[in-house]
Amino acid sequence: MSTRKRFATIWLGGCTGCHMSFLDMDEKLLELPALADIVYSPLMDVKTFPREVDICLVEGAVNTESDLRMLRSVRESSVSLVSFGDCAVAGNITAMRNTGGKKAALQSGFGSMGEALAVGDDNPLPQLLAQASPLHQYVAVDYFLPGCPPSAELIWYVINELLHDRQPVLDREKLRYG
Amino acid sequence: MSEIRTLTIDGEMISAPAGATVLDAAREHGIRIPTLCHLDGLSDTGACRLCLVEIEGNNRLQPACVTRVEEQMVVRSSSPRIEKYRRMILELLFAEGNHVCAVCVVNGHCDLQDLAYDVGMDHVRFDYLHPQREVDSSHDRFVLDHNRCILCARCVRVCDEIEGAQTLDIAGRGVASWIVSDLEERWGEARSCTSCGKCLLVCPTGSLFEKGLRHADSSRKADFLRYMVNVTRRQK
Ligand code: SF4
Ligand code: SF4
Ligand code: SF4
Ligand code: FES
Repeated sequence: MSTRKRFATIWLGGCTGCHMSFLDMDEKLLELPALADIVYSPLMDVKTFPREVDICLVEGAVNTESDLRMLRSVRESSVSLVSFGDCAVAGNITAMRNTGGKKAALQSGFGSMGEALAVGDDNPLPQLLAQASPLHQYVAVDYFLPGCPPSAELIWYVINELLHDRQPVLDREKLRYG
Repeated sequence: MSEIRTLTIDGEMISAPAGATVLDAAREHGIRIPTLCHLDGLSDTGACRLCLVEIEGNNRLQPACVTRVEEQMVVRSSSPRIEKYRRMILELLFAEGNHVCAVCVVNGHCDLQDLAYDVGMDHVRFDYLHPQREVDSSHDRFVLDHNRCILCARCVRVCDEIEGAQTLDIAGRGVASWIVSDLEERWGEARSCTSCGKCLLVCPTGSLFEKGLRHADSSRKADFLRYMVNVTRRQK
């Protein structure tokens, strides 16, 4: 029986920037597989989110119905869920559409087609929720890692603490928004 | 000769001139109380409630910047209860406006951010309101972005008390309050504005900024006020 941790990352309504910062961890990326099995990530070729994950970093706000389904299943399968980046923690850029409403957002993105995209039931596109929201609006979040994106050092600090069963603490020196 | 009051702050016996605020007295003795709407050189309004302290014999927390020292007063500047409220106040300020630090001109030089870091605010527990607010860029040189405004009224006070123009004011009530120029005109049409730019210097957030400002140039210089006030006092 191996006691290796099972580690995952996923993105919802984000820009992938947080994952780019994750890749910026450089040589730490090589240390990670020594400490944990990476069982799911958009950077890997795995189709379905596995069960029994120890730590999952979730990038992006909850923006669409499919984001919400995904988030719920991640929550069910993961021991520690980390809100990864300002969009996940606070809505941030993704939630800027909330001030004008869903219709206006679709119109600005898709012009006159926006209306049709907003209502069609048989529509293949993920349906936008009325508002984009931080993860903790829907599920319990264990750790918050703000930043747009969080720095590679900070990401490593949090991952490394969690992999060693320590509590990451973001104090004045470590906290950054934006 | 001014009278002296003796009081205790955080267990330390200190004396302060009668009429001084608890904030003045604390600072004089190196005790740091966080503030947001207070600025040395401007009158105090007690608008933000960040400087709350406990005063023995009074169940309600009191804002240090508008509470005068009294003989035998016993003050605590920090406690779990105070910390709890401070963080809550900051979270509410973030939830009430549209603070998207990633695209804000003062990101990294923002008093509001700094205070939130101090209390370890890693997330906001309240629902964000996402109010629909305007950006007034009608002025030749300056922009007023209502999305970031926390209604501290520093701009209103500097415009009135230092520049003497009285261009800026607060209109409306509660969450619908907002900063207006002259008689709710666009800033660019407000004839009383001298374009001195003092409001930009005292704004603790990214609400007031200069057109064409690059993010990297956005550091604030609110200290200029202390200098100005000292010079004026000396001239008198
Ligand atoms: S927090 Fe910033 S970098 Fe991360 S997904 Fe959102 S916009 Fe992109
Ligand atoms: S004013 Fe400060 S807290 Fe608000 S968005 Fe700008 S940097 Fe962030
Ligand atoms: S514009 Fe700036 S200085 Fe004026 S009330 Fe708003 S936050 Fe305060
Ligand atoms: S600093 Fe005292 S109430 Fe704002």
